Amino acid sequence: MSIIDKHKILEKNATLLLIFSFLVVTIGGLVQITPLFYLENTIEKVEGMRPYTPLEMAGREVYIREGCYTCHSQMIRPLRDEVERYGHYSLAAESMYDHPHQWGSKRTGPDLARVGGRYSDEWHVDHLRDPQSVVPESVMPKYGFLEDKRIDGRYIGDLLATNAMVGVPYTQAMIDDAQRDFRAQADPDSDYDGLLERYGEDINVRNFDGQPGVSEMDALVAYLQMLGTLVDFSTFTPDASR
Amino acid sequence: MSNYIKLIALGLVTFFAMLGTNFARDLAYQVHAFIVMAVAGGLFLYTLRQTDEPQKAEPKHEYFDSVVRAGVIATMFWGIVGFLVGTFIAFQLAFPALNFDWAEGLANFGRLRPLHTSAVIFAFGGNALIATSFYVVQRTSAARLWGGNLGWFVFWGYQLFIVLAATGYLLGGTQSKEYAEPEWYVDLWLTVVWVAYLATYLGTIVKRREPHIYVANWFYLGFIVTVAMLHLVNNLTIPVSIWGSKSVIVWSGVQDAMVQWWYGHNAVGFFLTAGFLGMMYYFVPKQAGRPVYSYKLSIIHFWALIFLYIWAGPHHLHYTALPDWASTLGMVFSIVLWMPSWGGMINGLMTLQGAWDKLRTDPVLRMMVLALGFYAMSTFEGPMMSIRAVNALSHYTDWTIGHVHSGALGWNGMITFGAMYYLVPVLWKRERLYSLSLVSWHFWLATIGIVLYAASMWVTGIMEGLMWREVDANGFLVNSFADTVAAKFPMYVVRGLGGVMFLLGALIMVFNLWMTVRKAPAKDAQLSVAVPAE
Repeated sequence: MSIIDKHKILEKNATLLLIFSFLVVTIGGLVQITPLFYLENTIEKVEGMRPYTPLEMAGREVYIREGCYTCHSQMIRPLRDEVERYGHYSLAAESMYDHPHQWGSKRTGPDLARVGGRYSDEWHVDHLRDPQSVVPESVMPKYGFLEDKRIDGRYIGDLLATNAMVGVPYTQAMIDDAQRDFRAQADPDSDYDGLLERYGEDINVRNFDGQPGVSEMDALVAYLQMLGTLVDFSTFTPDASR
Repeated sequence: MSNYIKLIALGLVTFFAMLGTNFARDLAYQVHAFIVMAVAGGLFLYTLRQTDEPQKAEPKHEYFDSVVRAGVIATMFWGIVGFLVGTFIAFQLAFPALNFDWAEGLANFGRLRPLHTSAVIFAFGGNALIATSFYVVQRTSAARLWGGNLGWFVFWGYQLFIVLAATGYLLGGTQSKEYAEPEWYVDLWLTVVWVAYLATYLGTIVKRREPHIYVANWFYLGFIVTVAMLHLVNNLTIPVSIWGSKSVIVWSGVQDAMVQWWYGHNAVGFFLTAGFLGMMYYFVPKQAGRPVYSYKLSIIHFWALIFLYIWAGPHHLHYTALPDWASTLGMVFSIVLWMPSWGGMINGLMTLQGAWDKLRTDPVLRMMVLALGFYAMSTFEGPMMSIRAVNALSHYTDWTIGHVHSGALGWNGMITFGAMYYLVPVLWKRERLYSLSLVSWHFWLATIGIVLYAASMWVTGIMEGLMWREVDANGFLVNSFADTVAAKFPMYVVRGLGGVMFLLGALIMVFNLWMTVRKAPAKDAQLSVAVPAE
């Protein structure tokens, strides 16, 4: 038992014990995390991926703040029933601009990775106001108060700028015009050419909650309506080797 | 002199917190700035009054037990809060009307769930770990806690962290990383407190008068160091503004998911396992009156446990966009982890060799043994659920919730209750507990509560997993998602009742310990001059 006897050295020296334990616990993380920054299938870019528009970003903030991730996942697994129920399985690239990710860990409610475009704006507003009115079995809380919370996008440019700092490809123009784009997306009567020019032709420009002005409801519905719609799977076939 | 430096620092903090209250961009930040302003301002006045007054000399030859007593009280307080919120949100899932209309923006399930998880893990569990580690390290080192009032700083600093985290969730300040929801300035504050904790702990070990560092201290030390590493890497964020709570994490997508579950699983592995094993290694032998079963086993299972646990994270990400090799690696290590986990369980249980008869007469020891039983059960269930094929069914379902709770209520809860029943008579110098039959009541209420909880979650979890994947002869899905939600209702009610029983048991404990302090006969004053090893 000579090795066990050597343990006395560690047992009698607090500093050595500390250093040795620390080294032992670093290994696993280094092996598992570091390669993810280099491997092709975790950093590949897929056509269609773009950063969130300012309004969608504000909606994502509401999603995070209200803890939606505690009950809804955004990660479709390549299993028969999930693909059948929710759509094409999720790619790594689809959450590449998510700081932090919203994959979730629990489905008290259904997965939302591809909820965009599945329901009308009116359905979403009704559902958020009173979930049981459209899905009687639902146990989801009511979120009607989002309609009453007006937002003006005062600080949205700062949020975009911070996201740019950590690698999301927001251009200077996107950051500078963030507040204008924020308002334009929720108002189809406005001049939203700049928004489309910066983020793409497929952006949903609508009055999402049907009320004048921009509310948190507008932002959240704008976010929900774009989820999972960016990659066109009729033209894109992912590499199956993962 | 040091008082003047303190006054300057506190004055500056108060001043900046005032600015923060004024320029705040969001409600969570504003309330937090106000809390910090009030605390720093209050401390400023307190320090001012102490300045140039004659100081009481620190008693060098006594254990620093006042901070442990405060820790025991805090553990019980936050335990009740955490259990109460947990029971409430369990009923919210059964009866959504409990998401009251008047509290929509404050107390919906999505805001209360992080409050519950943080309250039980970090407030109840964290206070239990800090209090017991301070107690154990002094006894096993035969030395007073190092650093003088640093121990009080750790205690109160940690309470401030809890208050900021909890109010933050209610007011919407969250970064949505599970079990690491607090925003950037709360994370920074926790880092400061944690460094002080490490210093106090390590300092006491360094000045020990025993040649060997006792095994419980290896586990506590491993827990403190690893949690520091996990906390720093998983919370690397850039604040959007110094006047707002919002920050942006440097990791994104698949990398962020991997870092998150490397953190998340090891919050379980180090906070809830290694730390609590430290607790087990002191209090079980003490209560049983027997030495630890095997010294060699404790060496092997300590190093194996801390080395293997850190690899287990990616089993939370089976079949996701994380590459298969990573989740397979996580699965393999999770299964291997079963062995050191049971090594610890065996070492704890076998410590009772020659003292098994005490189980008949001592409900406190019974509680500790039950904790080890639940530890064994959940460290078998965990590796099983990490197997890819099992996980395909269990992931995203209530089975996971049941698994977590049999570990948290059964293992962490019961071993903590056992330690509290041991500590209170010692710390308040009482001869015995107020009532052993109340301990028995607590034992049975908690046990039945956990069984109801775990069993109902096994049923709903497996049921909904099967319902989700059920297809008919033509290959169409049989159940809509809403069908599966409706089917879970009865089990959600049973789970809630299990929670009520567990909470009731804890309330009985609080009453019993309160009465122990108030009514139980006092123990003759001990010689507390020598600081003996205990």
